Amino acid sequence: MEAKVKTTSTTYRGAVRQAIRQALLDDERVFIMGEDVGMYGGCFAVTKGLIDEFGPDRVRDTPLSESSFVGAGIGAALTGMRPIVEIMTVNFSMLALDQILNTAATLLHMSGGQFNVPLVIRTTSGGGKQLAAQHSHALEGWYAHIPGIKVLSPATMEDAYGMLKPALEDPDPVFIFENSLLYNSTGELLSHPESVDIDKAKIRREGRDITIITYSISLLKSLEAAKELAKEGIEVEVIDLRTLRPLDDDTYLQSIAKTHRALIVDEGWRSGSISSEIATRIMENAFYELDWPVQRICREEVPIPYAKHLEEAALPQTKQIIEKVKEMVNAHG
Amino acid sequence: MVEFKMPSLGADMKAGTLIEWRVGEGDYVEKGDVIAEVETEKGAIEIEVFEEGQVTKLISKPGESLPVGTVMAVIGSGVDSEAEAISKRDRETVVAADGVKTEHKGNGYKTAETEDIPKRRVRSSPLARRLAEEYGIDISEVQGSGPNQAVQKADVERVYRERMKEREEAKKEADKDREEEKYAEKAAPAGQQVDEKKDSMRHAIAAAMSRSNREIPHYYLQKQINFERAQQWLIEENKRRSVQDRLLQPVLLVKAVAQALTDVPALNGFWINDRYQPGESIHIGFAISLRTGGLVIPAIHDADLKSIDEIMQSMKDLSDRARTGKLRSSELTDATITITNLGDRGVDLVHGVIYPPQLALVGFGRVEERPWAENGMLGIKPILTTTLAADHRATDGRQGAQFLEKLNQYLQEVELL
Amino acid sequence: MTASKKTKTNKEKKRTPGKANGSIDKERARDLYRMMLLIRNFENKSAELYTQEKIRGFLHLYNGEEAVAVGTIPHLSEEDNLVGTYREHAHALTRGISAGSIMAEMYGKQEGCSRGRGGSMHLFDKKTNFYGGNAIVGGGFPLAVGLALGDVMQGKDNITCCFFGEGAVAEGEFHESMNLASLWKLPLIFICENNLYAMGTALGRSEAVTDISRKLDSYNIKADWVDGMDVLAVDKAMTEAVKYVREFRKPYFLEARTYRFRAHSMFDAELYREKKEVEEWKKKDPLVLFYKRMKKQGLLTEKDKEKIAMEVDMIVKEAVEFAEQGTWEPVEDLTRFVYSEPEEGE
Repeated sequence: MEAKVKTTSTTYRGAVRQAIRQALLDDERVFIMGEDVGMYGGCFAVTKGLIDEFGPDRVRDTPLSESSFVGAGIGAALTGMRPIVEIMTVNFSMLALDQILNTAATLLHMSGGQFNVPLVIRTTSGGGKQLAAQHSHALEGWYAHIPGIKVLSPATMEDAYGMLKPALEDPDPVFIFENSLLYNSTGELLSHPESVDIDKAKIRREGRDITIITYSISLLKSLEAAKELAKEGIEVEVIDLRTLRPLDDDTYLQSIAKTHRALIVDEGWRSGSISSEIATRIMENAFYELDWPVQRICREEVPIPYAKHLEEAALPQTKQIIEKVKEMVNAHG
Repeated sequence: MVEFKMPSLGADMKAGTLIEWRVGEGDYVEKGDVIAEVETEKGAIEIEVFEEGQVTKLISKPGESLPVGTVMAVIGSGVDSEAEAISKRDRETVVAADGVKTEHKGNGYKTAETEDIPKRRVRSSPLARRLAEEYGIDISEVQGSGPNQAVQKADVERVYRERMKEREEAKKEADKDREEEKYAEKAAPAGQQVDEKKDSMRHAIAAAMSRSNREIPHYYLQKQINFERAQQWLIEENKRRSVQDRLLQPVLLVKAVAQALTDVPALNGFWINDRYQPGESIHIGFAISLRTGGLVIPAIHDADLKSIDEIMQSMKDLSDRARTGKLRSSELTDATITITNLGDRGVDLVHGVIYPPQLALVGFGRVEERPWAENGMLGIKPILTTTLAADHRATDGRQGAQFLEKLNQYLQEVELL
Repeated sequence: MTASKKTKTNKEKKRTPGKANGSIDKERARDLYRMMLLIRNFENKSAELYTQEKIRGFLHLYNGEEAVAVGTIPHLSEEDNLVGTYREHAHALTRGISAGSIMAEMYGKQEGCSRGRGGSMHLFDKKTNFYGGNAIVGGGFPLAVGLALGDVMQGKDNITCCFFGEGAVAEGEFHESMNLASLWKLPLIFICENNLYAMGTALGRSEAVTDISRKLDSYNIKADWVDGMDVLAVDKAMTEAVKYVREFRKPYFLEARTYRFRAHSMFDAELYREKKEVEEWKKKDPLVLFYKRMKKQGLLTEKDKEKIAMEVDMIVKEAVEFAEQGTWEPVEDLTRFVYSEPEEGE
């Protein structure tokens, strides 16, 4: 069965690159543009080599003009192209926020349904590399606030590869957040990998005692915690949201109906976050399933400091997850 | 005649103050002419007129604050309509715009006097609260083991288990008492104690049936079964038997149900923790109404493996013991399906309530002579109306229908049972 | 209805921009005058309807600037793209969007060109490649760059025309986009409608260099300026611009110096400019100037003027009737058009 399926060992970076390359091969309307995606090979080497294969028109270096090249992506999408715009990191996407929020997300609605924007924006997100306050934001949840765009957060090898195609096929703007700490993670990818369903969350580990709802790199931390906790007989169900907008409520609500306990692990800041949103939806839809108050582990509400020990303390960690789960599960004896 | 009104220059403009008229009464104005200057929150703005004609009346006075829409002047040729315009002017609105509403409202909290004496506030999880309600448990009587002694699911379930145990014991007690009573004849009128036991049984039935109706999405199917052959077989069979070995009609029903369940096992078992748990054996609960009120549902164990005679034996034994209160607790709790036969009470048709956590209830009405067409021939046949109430979480109508069809088949060939 | 018939006539003119090269005949004189008067009357009617609360939100009117839209837009072919600002009724009218659907849009009716979801500042029309209606100053630049880029990458030979006010020149997006347009050699015409005030901030109070066309030197973009009160001058300058862009496939920048006669939006006390200044500019009213000149040349008569005025009144009247008779989109449809809907035929 599964063992028969051919796989190759690759990195998350490799999976993303393979997906972009495949998209460029499959559809001549697709092109990628952004800062240093061409000659430099991508700030994180994701697009390395692509300019040689596809030329500088389709692997297009841009000046440091986030607002304008994101807006140019919107315009090109309107003419029938399928641009992938790479914003080097989410931190710089602030400079393009006008185009993302005021144009990409609103155009379809304010034109009364006439102009949809089939644009894909890729960026990296997250802290943990001692890059300090201006290079460590995790704003996936913040973007998920905006109606009109879709927000994807691939955490696994197959999602890193498989989310790009459905994103390009989507008639509306899709924002893909890759976590830069994941780029070097290695794993197996099918030799002929496929697209994935971007509308559904996924149960990455089944369990009966508690549900952890998470996404991106926090998924890996949560799975690690779940593995540890299993040794003590605590069975954690871990849900990878995968898509932060629109949220797949059913998957986590069903899980909570089974476990009656929910912990949200979110690398974003706590206040007004995607974790607040999910907690609220649990209250609205699964209140009478809860045997314990919904809990959250989020980024501390500080700009991320440079010093390693401070940064670690500011970000959700596996140990914290383990402790919180024990507190929530063991108390009833 | 046209009324010139205070224009709205923005959604945030509520009123304007007339600074000065740029025209006089009798002046002729054209479209686009500035007619007045008005002070707004954003400063003085020249107000243009979109009509042409003679200004017949300037109503507003400089210095007046005028809400948007207030008639300020009349433009036209006729003098006659002027009075009309003035009367139209709603002076009250001018006042209202400047006036402050002074109506005092309370702070929305009840005062101490009107407040009820508070019950003890119970800290509990929402799930615990929901379960307590379902089990008919007063949550304030549950000792919590969660944070700050909050009541949790496990606490409610503990209390529920204890209660069920108590209830069963109480039921046994009651039956024992009743038996004693019987022997004591009418020496004394029914004691208060008995009533209490009866209440406790009523309470248990109430809890189980409430839970059933709340939790179980029932679906109902009904089938009319030609009972002629079964009846004839029974008559023939009983002719050959001694009086004490005679078979009663319900035996056939129990056996046929057991047999049909071997074909459609999906209806045999339980719904526990949101999933179907198959019954390991076929234990048929048979509802027995007690003369003293209430009912018990003892199980006929392994009904599919027993012969007709063995089932007859079990039934006799169970109903005797049910009425003398000597049922074993396992017999009362391990049925995998329930049959209720209200035919002998004259009922045509039963719409049953499933006994949780079971998955189905089979109901039998009375056997009644009815016109029945078969192979193009109309005749009078004894017809048994059979119903199935089943849990839609576990099965669908298709399985239910299959079951009733099988049941029918077995009842057409009772000699093979 | 008359409105749509008229706009059709305009469309036909657009297909023959060769006629619009400074030379003028009777028919063209009438066309230019009719379009400018339609804009003027449409805007005045809008102001009136605003004070009656028929139109709400922000309403920015084009009075005084008519020569710019009318001198430029007819040069565009059907395939060309147009990106506008929030003062864009005139551009929509000149591009051939019916007066009725624009008025209905401002009424918030579903017969409006954006189904009543855009309002005065967000007129859109896919059929005429009319990309708004953008109410973020400077926000239209990147969009225009992208439209041109996408078309070039697909081998199309159309051009994109982007309108903006001189206030937008202070935005970062202006500079980013000029650089991109030049760097990537995109067929774009940037038309700066310099009416001297960014809302209430005079050019001299917001720009260190007030000669806007000079800024384009740093981006190596060919730039020129024109008297925006003179429709024939604009017409001529646009002829140059279009010729350049179609021939060299490079961006071109045209500054039209003009003036708005009305307030920035409806609720504006105009504390920032002298009445006298407005009166001075009104002497250069593009409609008045053009009519006088044409009359002198014998290309327009008093009779033409009256006839055109009647035609235009009829168009505006019918537009208002169309809007009045329009219907409200059901509230149940509120959340439509947030994401694309599945193709029809389900």
